[in-house]
Amino acid sequence: MKNFVDMHEVSLRYGEDGDGTLALQNATMKVDSGEFVAVVGPSGCGKSTLMKVITGLWPPTAGGVIVNGKEVDKPLSITGMAFQNPTLLPWRTALDNVMLPLEIAEPHASQMRRQRKMYEAKARDLLALVGLKGFEDKFPWELSGGMQQRTSICRALIHDPSLLMLDEPFGALDMFTREELWLAMQELWMARRPTVVLVTHDLREAVFLADRILVMSNRPGRIIAERTVELPRPRKLSMTYEPYSVGMVQELRDHISAARVAA
Amino acid sequence: MSEITLPTAPKVRRRKFTRNKAFRRVLPWLVVAGIFLVWQVLVVALRIEPFVLPSPTSIFAAGWQWHTIILQNAWQTLFTTTIGFFFAIIIGVLAGVAIGSSSLIYDGFYPALVGFNTIPKVAVVPILIIWFGVGSVPAIITAFLLAFFPILVNVATGIATVEPELQDVLRALGASKWQTIRKVGLPRAMPYFFASLKVAITVAFVGSIIAETVGSNAGIGNFMLVASSRFEVPLAFAGLLVTGAMGIAMYAIAGAIEARMTGWATRTGGGGT
Repeated sequence: MKNFVDMHEVSLRYGEDGDGTLALQNATMKVDSGEFVAVVGPSGCGKSTLMKVITGLWPPTAGGVIVNGKEVDKPLSITGMAFQNPTLLPWRTALDNVMLPLEIAEPHASQMRRQRKMYEAKARDLLALVGLKGFEDKFPWELSGGMQQRTSICRALIHDPSLLMLDEPFGALDMFTREELWLAMQELWMARRPTVVLVTHDLREAVFLADRILVMSNRPGRIIAERTVELPRPRKLSMTYEPYSVGMVQELRDHISAARVAA
Repeated sequence: MSEITLPTAPKVRRRKFTRNKAFRRVLPWLVVAGIFLVWQVLVVALRIEPFVLPSPTSIFAAGWQWHTIILQNAWQTLFTTTIGFFFAIIIGVLAGVAIGSSSLIYDGFYPALVGFNTIPKVAVVPILIIWFGVGSVPAIITAFLLAFFPILVNVATGIATVEPELQDVLRALGASKWQTIRKVGLPRAMPYFFASLKVAITVAFVGSIIAETVGSNAGIGNFMLVASSRFEVPLAFAGLLVTGAMGIAMYAIAGAIEARMTGWATRTGGGGT
């Protein structure tokens, strides 16, 4: 579907009176369904705010968002979310953490009691897909940082969301773990084809994972540039060191530096 | 004349006696026994009069002589404490959930609650006696009044400090306020809750005894009051010892329940869902 996400001239000001921080100003972006889009930008440019507006967690001050043909006016239950902090529940095993959305989101929640076996098998499959076979019954503190983040991503995907919002999910990991997770992410995306919006400040990550990269300006944020990544899939890590990728990273970098100076 | 010092064979390091687990376990008893011993020696050596400070042996003797009456009164205190504590758990958890999950309720009620909590409860007891008469009820209510506040504050804290990202995840899934509380808030508040039980049970106990001392015809507080008014000082001390022992026992029970229920918080595995 074309323009699955259609954000038009959105502005957002925190605080009720007119002197709150203006986080977004006339931000416009479109994402087709099944597309993997990365949003990059200088720190504090309103990337996380952008996510909250698209998912309906924060109503915009001006402008509007249309997702799947409908105006967003309340939190969108078709989204899955993962953040830099894995936010797993420490009293639940990895498997039970992954199954949390199924206990809440409809239509799964009402079928959970009868179909528990089926849902559990689904969660196990998903964990196996990201390489966590055998860790299903471990508690979060028994898992490494990378494993916790994999679990968190599985939790974001378990209810088959058509829109996956990732807010710097690999930001707190070391480089080797991060690259491993890029591969796992690519595999998940190719297997299930959700629409993904990935917010990141890692330009190599954006080039490796995304079909299209949007660059945001400094606060108040808006989209100032857009690049399509023409790399065949499945992509290999070595591709990020090829001239094409390096050139693109450099170009994105220049845009961001310019945006920082302008502010 | 250079002398080469040969490396001596490494000594077999003996485990320090003070690290011995069994020793650690009996240590508290040794400390208590030591205190009694020093106390006994001082009383005998300095010839302190029994009505000023009775010796431990005379306290134990008096305690044994009157043990049926002491046990009856201790039972009464245990009864009022337990009932008051039980209500404190119910009201404390309900109010804690309400205050922790709604900033509106928090802003509205919390200052009044803090104000109420700073009133010394001993000043409330006479009023309770006017309302309910001398008996178990004022003791139960005093125990409740002292115990519910720590429970409330801890439950509210546990629920109010759910990570914002997690709240976003749940809201986007369409979770109702109640679902968020049930799936995340309450389990998250459990370690806070069980930690507060240890505080609450001891202050409930203090509450009961205060009420019994100010106005009652039963309970260990009343027993001590009667004993000291008759100048039976060893007996009053026996009451004190029983009080202390009961307090320790209740604290230990609350601690054991805590360790069992919230193993995930101390990372010893298991516990809760």
